[in-house]
Amino acid sequence: MNWAESSKDIFSLIYLVATILFILGIKSLSHPKTAQRGNTFAMVGMGIAIIATLLNPEVHSYGWIIAGLVLGAVVGGVLALKIQMTAMPQLVAALHSFVGLSAVLIAIGTYFSHQQHSVSGMDSTLMIELAVGSFIGAITFTGSLVAFGKLQELLSSNPLVFPFQHYLNLALGIAMLGFGIDFALHDHFASFAIMTGIALLLGFLLVLPIGGADMPVVVSMLNSYSGWAASATGFTLGNNLLITTGALVGSSGAILSYIMCKAMNRSIISVVLGGFGGEAAAGSTQANDAGKRVKSASVEDAAFLLENSTKVIIIPGYGMAVAQAQHAIKELFDLLSEKGVDVKFAIHPVAGRMPGHMNVLLAESDVPYDVVHEMDEVNNDFSSADVALVIGANDVVNPAAKTDKSSPLYGMPILDVYKAKHILVSKRSMKAGYAGVDNALFYYDNCSLIFGDAKATCENLVGAVKGA
Amino acid sequence: MSPAMIGIYVFVLSCFIGYHVIWGVTPALHTPLMAVTNAVSAIVVVGAILVAGSGSNHAGLLEIVGFFAVFLASINIFGGFVVTNRMLAMFKKKK
Repeated sequence: MNWAESSKDIFSLIYLVATILFILGIKSLSHPKTAQRGNTFAMVGMGIAIIATLLNPEVHSYGWIIAGLVLGAVVGGVLALKIQMTAMPQLVAALHSFVGLSAVLIAIGTYFSHQQHSVSGMDSTLMIELAVGSFIGAITFTGSLVAFGKLQELLSSNPLVFPFQHYLNLALGIAMLGFGIDFALHDHFASFAIMTGIALLLGFLLVLPIGGADMPVVVSMLNSYSGWAASATGFTLGNNLLITTGALVGSSGAILSYIMCKAMNRSIISVVLGGFGGEAAAGSTQANDAGKRVKSASVEDAAFLLENSTKVIIIPGYGMAVAQAQHAIKELFDLLSEKGVDVKFAIHPVAGRMPGHMNVLLAESDVPYDVVHEMDEVNNDFSSADVALVIGANDVVNPAAKTDKSSPLYGMPILDVYKAKHILVSKRSMKAGYAGVDNALFYYDNCSLIFGDAKATCENLVGAVKGA
Repeated sequence: MSPAMIGIYVFVLSCFIGYHVIWGVTPALHTPLMAVTNAVSAIVVVGAILVAGSGSNHAGLLEIVGFFAVFLASINIFGGFVVTNRMLAMFKKKK
């Protein structure tokens, strides 16, 4: 073995250490106790990988690299420190787009640097890998931009549908593959550029028709794509660290998408094809319930009910995030707990705009994680609860999902809030939820609505409980 | 085996590891999971560094392309890890 060979092996070994640290890091997220240590593992892994790469003899100049790393560190660090926890889905979407674009740039760069070094033309395996890396990266890039726009409300969160949409996408997909194959066979860089252009367009077109209700799935899916893009880049570089890490991230996003779809009783295909939610999906329940009346409760009545309960379950939803009500809720939680009320939180898997979003917001306001429960853990508790307090959640507590076969929500697993003795719903208006479906829960006899902004309502509840 | 085939082996086996590791993650930490996988997927920075530092005849173009790739990946690395750390630090048990 010569020196060059063995130095390559040393680099591979170092990369293996980084790979193991990434796997351990993600594994540590199995419990909040070990999670922070896990993040440190992953950071160390990344540090090792970067330093090893900088020492690689193929790296000849450092100026641009250091500039890029430092600038990125400043931008990323500031973003991460400034971002509000409620805006986490947007941040994640934006970050996905960066990985996507980076993968495209790397494919272009790798192509030119190889063309430089090779005399006898390029290897077609490499060109296939470059093509795959570039188009996955491009779709991730523009798809994430659209997701970001929708989450940040720069774009309408309603699905954008037009005739022959799916055929257009299919045609574009075929054309993209065609140009990719032409590039791999004949080394036409123009084909590579056209293919990447089509992929950029496809990224836009694929996410535009997907409505606000499906955003948790989209964010997870783009998470997955960013992983596959990293894997594809790993193939072009013959680097197992990238292949493994990309596969980890890719499976993570894919599993999260699956969990989200299951929690909405939707197939991944119907989510991807889009068009769900917004005006189009107004259900037939509206007509049936038109004659019924809802009851509204005053804050004082609600406070009286809450403090005289033994068991209260709070169900937060996206409305809590929008109103930034989590801190007021925490105060209410403290007050009621002091009075000896057993208070817990129930989280539906698709509450919020990304998986686990509610847990982070509650953690931010210092609610201990051991009183925050997932749907399956807590659903049996509703029948023994005195009060279920719903704050800014809607579709995930709609009993029509169980009873009304004509409802678009039918079959979706819900939190069994309707089983509680009393139900209090904090709500801004009678507007339907993201699925565009009227909520049968509001017409139940044991349900009262407290109208108003979620944060103001919670603050008033705190005041009323304190005053009593 | 050709290098591409070895890559495919590594890829498929890694998917299995990913499958088992990810199902072990508690749903309460799904947002931090997404943020940290985001940071980790910025491992493409390895490729970006190799492009930016390749120093071939195309040097000008490659360095610029590589610089942007490094820059974008670096935003992800620092943004992703810092925000994950911020989130995880908030998860506390009942006193």
